[in-house]
Amino acid sequence: MQNLKQHLIDTLLILAIAGPFTSLLLALVGASPADAFGHLFSGSFGSWSKFSRVLNVWIPLTLCSLGLLYAFRSGLWNIGVEGQLVLGAVGTAGVLRLGVDAASPLLVLMLALLAGALLGSLWALLAGWLKIKGGVHEIFAGLGLNFVAMGIILWLIFGPWKRPGIASMSGTEPFPRELWFPMLEGWRVSPFALALALAAIVITAWVLNHSRFGLNLKAVGHNPRAVLLYGLSPQTYLLTAIIISGALAGLAGGVQVSAIYHRLIPAISSGYGYLSLLVVMLANFRLLPIPLIALFFAALNVGSIQLPMMMQLDSSLAGVIQGACVLSALLVFGLRRLKKGADG
Amino acid sequence: MRFRVRAFLGWATLAAICLLNVPAVFGSDKAELTFGMLLVGPYNDHGWSQAHYEGGRYVEAKLPGSKMIYIDKVNPADRPGLTIPAVVDELVDKGAQLIIGNSDDMKDGMREAASQHPEIHFLHISGDDVLTGNAPPNLSNLMGRMEYGKMIAGFAAGLTTKDGRVAYLGPLINEETRRLAASAYLGARHAWTVVRGMPAETFKFRVSWIGFWFNIPGVTADPSQVARNFFDTGYDVILSGIDTNEALIVANQQRKEGKAVYALPYDFIGSCNSAPEACLGVPYYNWGPDYTRIAKSVINGSWNQAWTWSGPNWEAINDADSSAIGFIIGDALSQANREQLKAFIADLGSGKLNLFTGPLSYQDGSDYLKAGEIATDRQVWYLKQLLQGMEGASK
Repeated sequence: MQNLKQHLIDTLLILAIAGPFTSLLLALVGASPADAFGHLFSGSFGSWSKFSRVLNVWIPLTLCSLGLLYAFRSGLWNIGVEGQLVLGAVGTAGVLRLGVDAASPLLVLMLALLAGALLGSLWALLAGWLKIKGGVHEIFAGLGLNFVAMGIILWLIFGPWKRPGIASMSGTEPFPRELWFPMLEGWRVSPFALALALAAIVITAWVLNHSRFGLNLKAVGHNPRAVLLYGLSPQTYLLTAIIISGALAGLAGGVQVSAIYHRLIPAISSGYGYLSLLVVMLANFRLLPIPLIALFFAALNVGSIQLPMMMQLDSSLAGVIQGACVLSALLVFGLRRLKKGADG
Repeated sequence: MRFRVRAFLGWATLAAICLLNVPAVFGSDKAELTFGMLLVGPYNDHGWSQAHYEGGRYVEAKLPGSKMIYIDKVNPADRPGLTIPAVVDELVDKGAQLIIGNSDDMKDGMREAASQHPEIHFLHISGDDVLTGNAPPNLSNLMGRMEYGKMIAGFAAGLTTKDGRVAYLGPLINEETRRLAASAYLGARHAWTVVRGMPAETFKFRVSWIGFWFNIPGVTADPSQVARNFFDTGYDVILSGIDTNEALIVANQQRKEGKAVYALPYDFIGSCNSAPEACLGVPYYNWGPDYTRIAKSVINGSWNQAWTWSGPNWEAINDADSSAIGFIIGDALSQANREQLKAFIADLGSGKLNLFTGPLSYQDGSDYLKAGEIATDRQVWYLKQLLQGMEGASK
């Protein structure tokens, strides 16, 4: 109860800093903050079709954020999540390309998502391996690998996977409808993708908080040397954590390909990898707030299209709000730690 | 405590405003026709997207009671996570009965959105879904016959180049961009060999493709860099084939460094204005008249699915109310060359001159048109390769 109250206060504090800050910026460019926030809200929750689009952003964003949580638990900063997402998209697209005209599209689709998760986790393993064997800090390894992943996807789209007779960065040939992530008639979001994300939340909650693996992971994160005394190998835990992290990001990439764009495009990640880092930081590295914060961020992303349409404002305001929230959160959490230190 | 109260009040106000705002957003529309416009680039790009934006404004002026809602930068690089069906839903929510999508990049998305909204009319610019039979019944295609504009632009370049070196700053490679680059080549070659009487071997026409319709940092080649490279390697005139104005800007910079170089921008009537002294002219689209005709057909219920390839009004190619494409002569084109250019335009218009006449070969040496053969519309539209004599990738 005490805990809940504290989180509530934190949230209100964060909004109390970020809200007026963004309003001030809006007022400076001569726009009414009330109108802007109103459009953002009605543009994301105003109708079922709008909300479905919010969910379409929420699914990959949540998957990436959950993945990051594993890495953070073990003490790793998996900045490479963006590249893992991209490689996941590549893996899924690769299998879907092979599966055109296959007898069982559903099987192809499942294999494709698996391939996405696999390639994402391999890409993450590379960062983990560089850290453990090469002594390369995972932040630098991750950033480097993100650039390499971008290079790979651009090369594929402009090279071996290009449309016949066409050389364009627009993306590859769209996949036939049978290979799209299954939808229900009239829906704008796939209930199956939704179920996938919900399952990932439940499983992650159990693994991190109730399984022996989760507890050990936490121990590794807190003190890698001490766990040696208990006969645990920190390296194995670090690698396992980053592999799971990469698999979930890769799955998100697979969803982007099979459920959203139905082809591979250079911007297939939509920046959700980097955005998920902000989600997890804003959640103070805890699981429960993640789905809610991801929903908030997804709503900002979707609602922000209203700003150029209705107010001739640039839609980058969504990014400003997200950034302001994270900065205020870091401030609030930092102050709380300082206060705790002073008290204790 | 003060913070908490303030935050709570802030959110309560916000919620109230949202509730009050919803009817204001959706309910106050008395216009006869609301049409939605998806622009791939910024509405003020001095190029392709601005030409469409102005076309939309033209409709509003000609059809009182009509209203345009536009979304610009409709591409996944500028707006992460965005898809065409999603923005179309958005426009339909706001009452749009006609949706115009202005990019080849939107082809698949427009088709998908059109099947999701059978009661709404869709116009996909530059596409061929109606020709290929892939279009749902509520989707039409429209394009301007820019081949003439490019021939005229190429002709101006061929008249002006000192050593017979003309470059083409291309976007991505597809049928449209191949045929436009080829048209520019034919115009330039005609000026160099027929009008100036120079030997064909001394003429060089180089095409470089950046990979998309405009610069996406880190994804496409940088058009400014490509343009500089052209000038550094001896080309003195650049024809732009991309949506934005980099070729002209770079030409202008190089002129300030003392080089006698020129450029011809593309798409938008006002493109020369950013650097008139470097501009030989601009072939541009005038979407207004076709948009107005199509908007009217939606209002009075006479909409018919069509693939339209609109040409210039040869009587007055710069007539804003009738010509789908035009050419504005730039300040940098010499007086003598202006006369040549006007004669060339007259010959194209009268049919005395058709540059898509054989013998013409593809880049790999295979036959495109036999001697005396005149290309059909389809042969021009679906040009399979660049033409022999052009340097640069065909696919």
